Amino acid sequence: MLSIRNLTKRFGGLAAVNDVSVEFGANQINAIIGPNGAGKTTFFNLVAGAMPPTEGVIEYKGQDLAGKSPDSIARLGVARTFQTTMLFEESTVLDNLIVGHRLRTESRLWDVLINSKRLKADEKRCREKAAETLEFVGLSHIGHRYIADTSQEERKRIAFALALATDPELVLLDEPAGGVNPEETDGLVDLIHKMVDHGITVCLIEHKMDMIMRIADKIIVLDHGEKISEGTPEQVKNDPVVIEAYLGKEDAEA
Amino acid sequence: MDLFLQQVLNGLTLGSIYGLVALGLTLVYGILHVPNFAHGALYMVGAYVCYFTMADLGLNYWVAIAAAAVVVAAMSVICERLVFHPLRHAPPIHDKIAAIGILLFLEAVVQMYWGADFRRIASPYNQILQLGGLTLPAQRLLIIVGAFSLMGALHLYLKKTMTGATIVAMAQNREGAFLVGIDANRVAMMTFAIAGALAAVAAGLFAPINLVYPAMGHLVLLKAFVIIILGGMGSIPGAIIGGLIIGFSEALGGFYLSSTYKDVIAFVLLVVILSIKPTGLFTKGVR
Amino acid sequence: MNRAIDFLLGSTMRWLLLALAVIFPLVTDNEYHIYVMALAFIWAIAVYGMNIITGYCGQLNLAHGGFFAIGAYVVAILTVDHGWPFWPAFLAAGLFGAVFGFVVGIVSLRLKEHYFAIFTLCVGYIIYLMIDKWEALTHGSLGIINIAPPEGFGLVDFTQTIPFYYLVLAFLALAIWLTRRISESLLGRTFRAIRISDDLAQSLGINLMRNKVLAFVISTVYAAAAGGLYAGVVRFIGPEEANFIHTFDMIAYLLVGGIGTLMGPLLGTLVITWLTQAVQSLEEYRMIVFGPMLVLLVIFFPRGIVGTFLGWRGRRMARQAPRKTRESRVEQSDPHGADSKEARNNA
Repeated sequence: MLSIRNLTKRFGGLAAVNDVSVEFGANQINAIIGPNGAGKTTFFNLVAGAMPPTEGVIEYKGQDLAGKSPDSIARLGVARTFQTTMLFEESTVLDNLIVGHRLRTESRLWDVLINSKRLKADEKRCREKAAETLEFVGLSHIGHRYIADTSQEERKRIAFALALATDPELVLLDEPAGGVNPEETDGLVDLIHKMVDHGITVCLIEHKMDMIMRIADKIIVLDHGEKISEGTPEQVKNDPVVIEAYLGKEDAEA
Repeated sequence: MDLFLQQVLNGLTLGSIYGLVALGLTLVYGILHVPNFAHGALYMVGAYVCYFTMADLGLNYWVAIAAAAVVVAAMSVICERLVFHPLRHAPPIHDKIAAIGILLFLEAVVQMYWGADFRRIASPYNQILQLGGLTLPAQRLLIIVGAFSLMGALHLYLKKTMTGATIVAMAQNREGAFLVGIDANRVAMMTFAIAGALAAVAAGLFAPINLVYPAMGHLVLLKAFVIIILGGMGSIPGAIIGGLIIGFSEALGGFYLSSTYKDVIAFVLLVVILSIKPTGLFTKGVR
Repeated sequence: MNRAIDFLLGSTMRWLLLALAVIFPLVTDNEYHIYVMALAFIWAIAVYGMNIITGYCGQLNLAHGGFFAIGAYVVAILTVDHGWPFWPAFLAAGLFGAVFGFVVGIVSLRLKEHYFAIFTLCVGYIIYLMIDKWEALTHGSLGIINIAPPEGFGLVDFTQTIPFYYLVLAFLALAIWLTRRISESLLGRTFRAIRISDDLAQSLGINLMRNKVLAFVISTVYAAAAGGLYAGVVRFIGPEEANFIHTFDMIAYLLVGGIGTLMGPLLGTLVITWLTQAVQSLEEYRMIVFGPMLVLLVIFFPRGIVGTFLGWRGRRMARQAPRKTRESRVEQSDPHGADSKEARNNA
């Protein structure tokens, strides 16, 4: 699905991501962990195209994503969420989601001026997609609520829905369970499983170790921009190098 | 050759004034990440305070400059407290619009009080020094020496004092500065005060060889923006070097190319630079 | 209460406003008032343009007044120096606004936030300097007089205030209709996504440059068209049309009415125009009031008249529904979740 080879990003002389190679299998949950400043977010930004890599190949379905713009990567089927997803506070949840499917439509200014059939069809599709993803994340009942009145956990789900509206095959989740309580985290975990069940490949960054260990099919561990370990949760948990890296920072089991 | 040196001298004069104004702008940007569109108006008010102190109160030129520095520094701090501080978490276009509001207000008040007429401040130093074929008006020398001593003093302040060091630290990393327990409010106020004082002194130094009028801050502000984009927003040496670049290119371009369009030179430079490098000339990496 | 607000903001209100605007010249016998209203409508058209790039798309364009002046000068130069009739010159103004907007947009929109605002401020100033200094083309500080008025083709005489008023009203209605079309379509949603955040928009597959340039060009066409109409009614223009003050005036109109709203630009323009008229002495020193007003607005009412109304309605609607929603959520999300967790852990 996603095959990364020798990925490197240097800022000035400093390598934020250094020579990382990894394979992410299709239809799996892949997690990237590591201490603060290990280069996880940079890694994500490279895959999503937010910044070009200094070196390396990011092969996705036979194409190299390196150097492509974020919007073209999104059109290729890679969606992402952000640690804090900014939403349009003054409009409703459903309204926020409609634009998510825009990339699969073709209407131009001309269509808007003459209110063409194509525009009407496109708008209908976008609305249906919004309703569909909202149902998928289990929030159909708050579709008409204003964003300003939604909870932290609901926002996380809305962010998922927005990403899903782009019809992705690979979803990058940046701290999907950040800032929500354990009970709500369980709900989000279920949602991530549901995404995989529907044929989506998930790749996520998370600090909540117990959650990672529970859901990940594969984990890679970054430290100072380098990959220090990879494998199943069981393998990673018992890797002395990983324990070493986390020592004094946080308990890997906590 | 002499003509050329003469233009270099003019460029140095212009450059040191622009540098002072740009320094304040870049400091404020470094701390608050606000492009302070009101900075040119502070410069203009500085010139009027000078004018008022000399023409209406009959006081000495230096007293006038000191008065301008104090008054404008205070105004600058008031702007920070009343406007920029409450807006620090607002969406990005709001603080800019508020800054424009301050600018419009200050200009209108000055115009109401003094009218739109051009005014002059008499220089206390009218001597003209001859050096070879070079003409050196004393006021120009004063500008250059005054501006660079001020820059030197600022450098010492930022390097040697605690508050100064904090300003630099905060300009480089705001979040980090909060973590180590810097009193961000104090630093922000101090920065605005310095920026205001620098603009006022620049105006006071420049006024005797220039005119004083309500719109005098417009061009200076725009050029200062060009300078800090050139030198990197938030960079102190960048502001000084950028100021000199614009000063020289204006003096030389105005002389050798076209005096009608000399004010356009800075903007053409900006357009060219930003077309090639959208983040400015001397910036390291993107945030 | 909600009904009242819905009515205030709904289409009924728009038709009512239009009807009021249509009968306005019939109920007043003060021609000067009609003239002031026509000028306000022209400014409102330009403010609608600013609303598209700044309100919907979130890019603070400080050269907007410059584009207004360009539109006015294209009409002035073509009709006075080249003998064109008004209407072809007016079309040329719109076209030139689009082309020039495209060129400026391509360069400036690669810049983010502050850089864009500063850059366009400089562009606005370059436009002013060009108009002021390029005497061969623009007549410099003398300005251009005797600009051709719109031809009425023997049917109407647009040098008369009332016919001109209706002409401007027609253009204003067109501008609002077009804005509404754009705002409610996928295109408008695309612009608003960019306003929320460049990164978010890009992650949704939105091409930033293409959409920003499109919004920019639409806005400059509005500005240039408004400028063209202005030249046709005032029939004398000078470099002052490109003064910053006009851009700042428009920001004030937009902010008072409600940035990013449909009726905000019109309301803001009308409110301030008539307030200024009410206190004639304000005209010259209006910035003493406008300046602090801008500051207070962005601090306390950043969404303006229309935006504040909308927010009020939104909150009321939200308050009506919460109880019902909580129950249904428990039903919906739980059963599925438990199942798949079990399945995973066993696997």
